[in-house]
Amino acid sequence: MLTPLEIEALQLSLLVGVTSIIAALPFALACAWLLSRRDFWGKSVFDGIVHLPLVLPPVAVGFALLVLFGRNGIIGAFLYQTFGIVFAFNWKGAALASAVMAFPLMVRAMRLSVEAVDQRLEAAARSLGASPWRVFLTITLPLTAPGILTGAILGFARSVGEFGATITFVSNIPGQTRTLPVALYTLTQIPGSDLPAWRLAGLSVALALAALIGSELLARRLGHRLRGLD
Amino acid sequence: MIEIAIEKQLGSFMLAARLEAPESGVTALFGRSGVGKTSVINALAGLLRPDRGRISVGGTALFDSARGIDLPPEKRRLGYVFQEARLFPHYSVRGNLLYGAKSDGDHAGPSFDAVVDLLGIRDLLARRPADLSGGEKQRVAIGRALLASPRLLLMDEPLASLDAPRKAEIMPFIERLRDELKLPIFYVSHEMEEIIRLADLLVLLDAGRVIASGSVEELTSRLDLWPLTGRYEAGAVIRTVLRGHDTTYGLSELAFPGGRLRVTQLALPLGTPIRVRIHARDVVLATERPAHLSIRNAFAAKVIELAPPRGPQIDLKLDIGSAEEPVMLWARITQRACQELQLVPGKPVFALVKTVALDHHSFGRFEGEAEPV
Repeated sequence: MLTPLEIEALQLSLLVGVTSIIAALPFALACAWLLSRRDFWGKSVFDGIVHLPLVLPPVAVGFALLVLFGRNGIIGAFLYQTFGIVFAFNWKGAALASAVMAFPLMVRAMRLSVEAVDQRLEAAARSLGASPWRVFLTITLPLTAPGILTGAILGFARSVGEFGATITFVSNIPGQTRTLPVALYTLTQIPGSDLPAWRLAGLSVALALAALIGSELLARRLGHRLRGLD
Repeated sequence: MIEIAIEKQLGSFMLAARLEAPESGVTALFGRSGVGKTSVINALAGLLRPDRGRISVGGTALFDSARGIDLPPEKRRLGYVFQEARLFPHYSVRGNLLYGAKSDGDHAGPSFDAVVDLLGIRDLLARRPADLSGGEKQRVAIGRALLASPRLLLMDEPLASLDAPRKAEIMPFIERLRDELKLPIFYVSHEMEEIIRLADLLVLLDAGRVIASGSVEELTSRLDLWPLTGRYEAGAVIRTVLRGHDTTYGLSELAFPGGRLRVTQLALPLGTPIRVRIHARDVVLATERPAHLSIRNAFAAKVIELAPPRGPQIDLKLDIGSAEEPVMLWARITQRACQELQLVPGKPVFALVKTVALDHHSFGRFEGEAEPV
């Protein structure tokens, strides 16, 4: 079956992927809601910044993270001195890099979903005495659920495949930052490692496919339930 | 008292509505599409923020631009039944009904069971909105609004998206809200048929302004307002009381101060107050009491007023009531007939109304004091 090295890389990838998505989700949803529901000064600039990781070279993003979140970086130094949190050269850094890279994809999927929620339903809920928060939790959020799920899975798939920003920001440390793609890259640098490289590539494909198919099935069931069709 | 005096610029449309209505009975906002009826009740509900003005219900200011008051919709305690039912698709019928229900008993409204029975929706409770017919959806939407125990119910053309049989299904329930729950209702419509069945106070809107308000009978008898009420649909509404049934011929008799109107039989108890709408085009005029005619309803009348002629037609306002209590009727005839019969204000005539021209669209039971037989 799987070699210890493969298991290590797979476990690390899952940890990094799940952590990054869970951490990014509330922020992505907030951005999606802001972008679809509110008009504010500088909105297009904000929209651009959110989408930046999608169009920048991942290495540039990794470099920026290194500058900002390295132990001597502006944010990194603050986090280390205040909370003792270190992102540099460990799996948390890998998760941060993945989250940043997956963020725009998540926002896009969720934004479409928030836009699709009928605001007249929200007005009806307000007229029934519900506060804006209750309306959000009981109407907007459940009706956005399929989009949140799609965004999370897309983000997860993107996160598991993250390479450029990760290797630039947190390097290639076995057991810490050597996720599936980084491990695969390492193998391609060693002559005669074709078979293990193929196996890792296959593992990546299987993981990504499972995530996509799973989300499709879940989203369909969720959509049916929301529309009251089952 | 419900007082509204608001201004709101909506694109190139200026809403400048000012009206007062009692906190009881049905107040109907009537006018063609796009005159601002929905905007007025959206402002009342807090879903549309006026540029300036004041809205108060029972002395409580809901909105007052001068004092910086703008209660959010959830604090206004106004029930809203929208044109489309707007049920929450991810809740069952029961979940929808209970969404706004007050559990604290602070503002005791009708109970869940009372509302469910009143609207006949007990069999639907476990269903999802997607499985309901249009009429059922609208009944659930009404129940949902009622269970939030509002002090005033807003209804924005609740029947407009329904076909005729569904409308006929819902209408009795709205009448029951008015008659049994005594809930004040603001009702938006552009259907005169709904107005005569429901309205106590009629408010006419045109181009964002309130141009008249008063009883249905009073406003429909004013010739100067007729372009609003529709060219083809124009007609007066008179108040009558059901006084007799003629089972041999299947007729009912409706008494008004000037006489008795025979109509096809109504399945209602004697003494029921009934509003009748008589289209101006269904009224025939004669200068002598007619004989050898099939028309059974002939009333001695006096010409009161002639409207400015429109094309070949002219509208006349007639009084068919008694000396003490005038009852206004309209007749629409050709100008040629008007001249040949020499109809001028003050001239006595006979107004003839065909019994079969009055169908069930013409009648509305209204909440008046049911008179002893």
